[in-house]
Amino acid sequence: MTEVVTENQPRRTSPPMLSFQSLTVAYTGSPVIDELNLDIQDGAVVALLGANGAGKSTLLRTASGLLAPRAGRVQLDGQDLTSVAVENRVRLGLAQVPEGRSVVTELSVDENLHLGGLWRYRDRSDRNAAVDQMYEMFEPLWRRRMSLGHELSGGERQMLSLARALISEPRVLLLDEPSLGLAPRVVAQLMTLLRETADRTGLTVLLAEQNVTSALSIADRGVVLGLGEIVVDAPAADLAADPALRQAYLGF
Amino acid sequence: MKNIFLRAALITVLLLALTFLFDSFRNYQLAVIAATFCTVAGLSLLIGLTGQLSLGHAVLMASGGYGYALSAGPAADAGVDGSALVLIGILGAIMLSGAVGTLLGLASARLRGPYLAGLTLALVIALPAFASQLRILGGEQGLSAPYVAVPELLQSFIAPEQWHAWIAVLIAALTVTPLAVMRAGRAGLRMRAVHGDETAARLSGVVPGRVKVGAFIASSLAAGMGGAALCIITQSVTPGGYDLAFSLLLLVAAVVGGLGSISGAAVGSALIVLLPWLIDTAISAADISSALQHRLSGNLTLLIFGILVIVVTIMWPGGLAGAVQSRFVRRRRRRTRTADKPEHATTS
Amino acid sequence: METFVFLFATGVSRGLVIALFALSLVIIWRAARIINFAQAAMAIVAVFVAFTVVGLTGSYWAGLIAALATGALLGAIIERGLIRRVPHVTPLPGMIVAIGLVMVLQAGLGILFGPEHRPVQAPFSESPFVVAGIPVLSPYDLFVLVVALAVLVGLGLLFNRSTLGLQLRASAVAPEVSRLLGVRVPRMVTIGWMLSASVAALAALLLVPTELGLSAHSADILFVQAFTVAVLGGLDSPIGALLGGLIVGVLITMVTGYLGAGYAPLAVLALLTAVLLIRPGGIFALKEARTA
Repeated sequence: MTEVVTENQPRRTSPPMLSFQSLTVAYTGSPVIDELNLDIQDGAVVALLGANGAGKSTLLRTASGLLAPRAGRVQLDGQDLTSVAVENRVRLGLAQVPEGRSVVTELSVDENLHLGGLWRYRDRSDRNAAVDQMYEMFEPLWRRRMSLGHELSGGERQMLSLARALISEPRVLLLDEPSLGLAPRVVAQLMTLLRETADRTGLTVLLAEQNVTSALSIADRGVVLGLGEIVVDAPAADLAADPALRQAYLGF
Repeated sequence: MKNIFLRAALITVLLLALTFLFDSFRNYQLAVIAATFCTVAGLSLLIGLTGQLSLGHAVLMASGGYGYALSAGPAADAGVDGSALVLIGILGAIMLSGAVGTLLGLASARLRGPYLAGLTLALVIALPAFASQLRILGGEQGLSAPYVAVPELLQSFIAPEQWHAWIAVLIAALTVTPLAVMRAGRAGLRMRAVHGDETAARLSGVVPGRVKVGAFIASSLAAGMGGAALCIITQSVTPGGYDLAFSLLLLVAAVVGGLGSISGAAVGSALIVLLPWLIDTAISAADISSALQHRLSGNLTLLIFGILVIVVTIMWPGGLAGAVQSRFVRRRRRRTRTADKPEHATTS
Repeated sequence: METFVFLFATGVSRGLVIALFALSLVIIWRAARIINFAQAAMAIVAVFVAFTVVGLTGSYWAGLIAALATGALLGAIIERGLIRRVPHVTPLPGMIVAIGLVMVLQAGLGILFGPEHRPVQAPFSESPFVVAGIPVLSPYDLFVLVVALAVLVGLGLLFNRSTLGLQLRASAVAPEVSRLLGVRVPRMVTIGWMLSASVAALAALLLVPTELGLSAHSADILFVQAFTVAVLGGLDSPIGALLGGLIVGVLITMVTGYLGAGYAPLAVLALLTAVLLIRPGGIFALKEARTA
């Protein structure tokens, strides 16, 4: 194994919010994620970095249950998720915004938001209130609430995906490449919003990004994946500031 | 390639020799199986290789039958007989089934799975209505075809049924061998490419539309040959004989035998000819009321075929032929694997 | 003129039945992306159950409820027990299994009930009202019209106004995202099958009294007509199913009335061919090309 920089954290008594333990994931043949261990503490914003094919999406999809690991397990706040189905993991507080335009394009903005809040708010008026709260947070969506998903711009779609995940008040949010295909200004807006939400609600965030600079700008901690293994795990500020580290593992 | 011809010749000679051991009813069954085999082989290749599901192959087979009857009938009236008569009839069968197949093939090139299936379903349901409206097709009575007599030289030791079995087996050999060659060659490769991913196929220089039309026409001609053979054996062609039920039976043969497999088509054809006969024989011999016999007759076979189709599709997608073959291949592969080093260490 | 009015009115009533059946195909298509070739056989099984119930209880309404319930039950059993086990890489295995199912169900009915057509009494008179000397609709036609319209409106509300409808629509077009949002997608697929089979059973139940009678094959033609309608209207479009149903219904009654019953399947075939070749996306569908 190559040199690993580990974050020296004092052992806490409470379990980590999200924990990957000896996780191995493979599609066919050799593993994409290999014996990976990673603990994320409650309220942390962690940037998951690494080149294309490093296993970022695979890790996120395994956490949300879309992929089944070959070995090892995922725990949420001490609870083993192995036998929990995708649609039930979100009920435990684990939400994922998948890569790409995950908006349901045939549904309106309003319907997309309601869909996100369905299991959380049984009562229609409660759900309406939650949807309204999202419109307050993401103002541009309010103006487009009756538009169908496929009529939205890339930034609006990403905003909607985020709002739709947040409406159920998750404890952990997995984000897969939210900046993909967006203008820098929109990316900055989105990242700020994310950080503010995390600070306000205590949300734990695992943010997979190719856009290293913006991800590190809001993260507490940076984890770099290389060929399915963690090669660097350091405070985000250190990672952003240390040109040698960046050069070695992030290529710029 | 040489292998295919060799195998075809061997099987043909073997079958022709076998007819000497059969009584006339067995020979009649052999002839029907051979005729069905032509159609099923074409259908199986079409579905298995290109993924085009046709529920209307009975119509194509009927076109072959009508084509045969329409051309052989007048020829016989004009005094033609023997092999010339059969050849003229087959030419007619090729022309009519080729024409219908080309039209359907052009449609099929534009349609994906469920749409083609629906269109051919509508076609096979409309066929009896169509045939009964057209005077030239003989209405619901259909057409009769001239009797093909045994040549005088052979009459002393070959019965008519045996002779018809010979003709049917030869027609099957001449129909299926080209299909087998096509399947093994580049055309087969192109057909498989179209089934998987049309865009990918297009990128590698295959024109999906052309391949699909070609496959459909080849399959239609094979069905037409089958129809011609059946017309020779039964000396008639009726719209009622080529209804939806028969069309589905052809599909059963292709699926149960194994889609895309020639030997599977042979197994399937034998199955759909022999099993109904076996079951009906068993039912009429069984000690049950005649009302129950009446209800079971036909339906029991259909029930078994339906279950077979479902079970084969879910459990052995390769069909009976595929199930046997894969067991063989697996055994062989296991042998080679133990000989080699392990491919990769699985971490689990 | 009299004939025309009569045929047109009958055609509309018939068209709504076809539209209902086509709508059932659309529901399954949207829920599971397959065309259920066993839909007619499933519906006829439900109708056989319904008429057994009518025979036992003497109540048409009990039979109607039995048909709906049987349809839903069959839909659930077939989706959970069969379709879910079929590999879904291409649509081919699903279609073939459905065709195998047609054989099993029709053979089963043939063995249980025999091959003959059973005469079926309509719950209302089938002799038409006469308006200004012109025979128009029979009370039964009117009943069919009201029921069909009520169900169409009800389904529209269900899909567009209820949270169940929202989940059904979402899981149809984006199953993975829907699961991530907590929608129980496998359950939605089952519910789609149940709804669809129920609606198909209702359509077949409404159709049978106007036909020769009840046999295992009574709905075969209805399936082909409804398939034509679904293709005409676009498989994703409920409105297309309604309009297409009316068009095909009127076309069939006109052709049957003026030319003879033998020409009706030919007219359907011609229409289907024309639509598939000229506008393969369906007349009312905007997207979804049918050629790859």
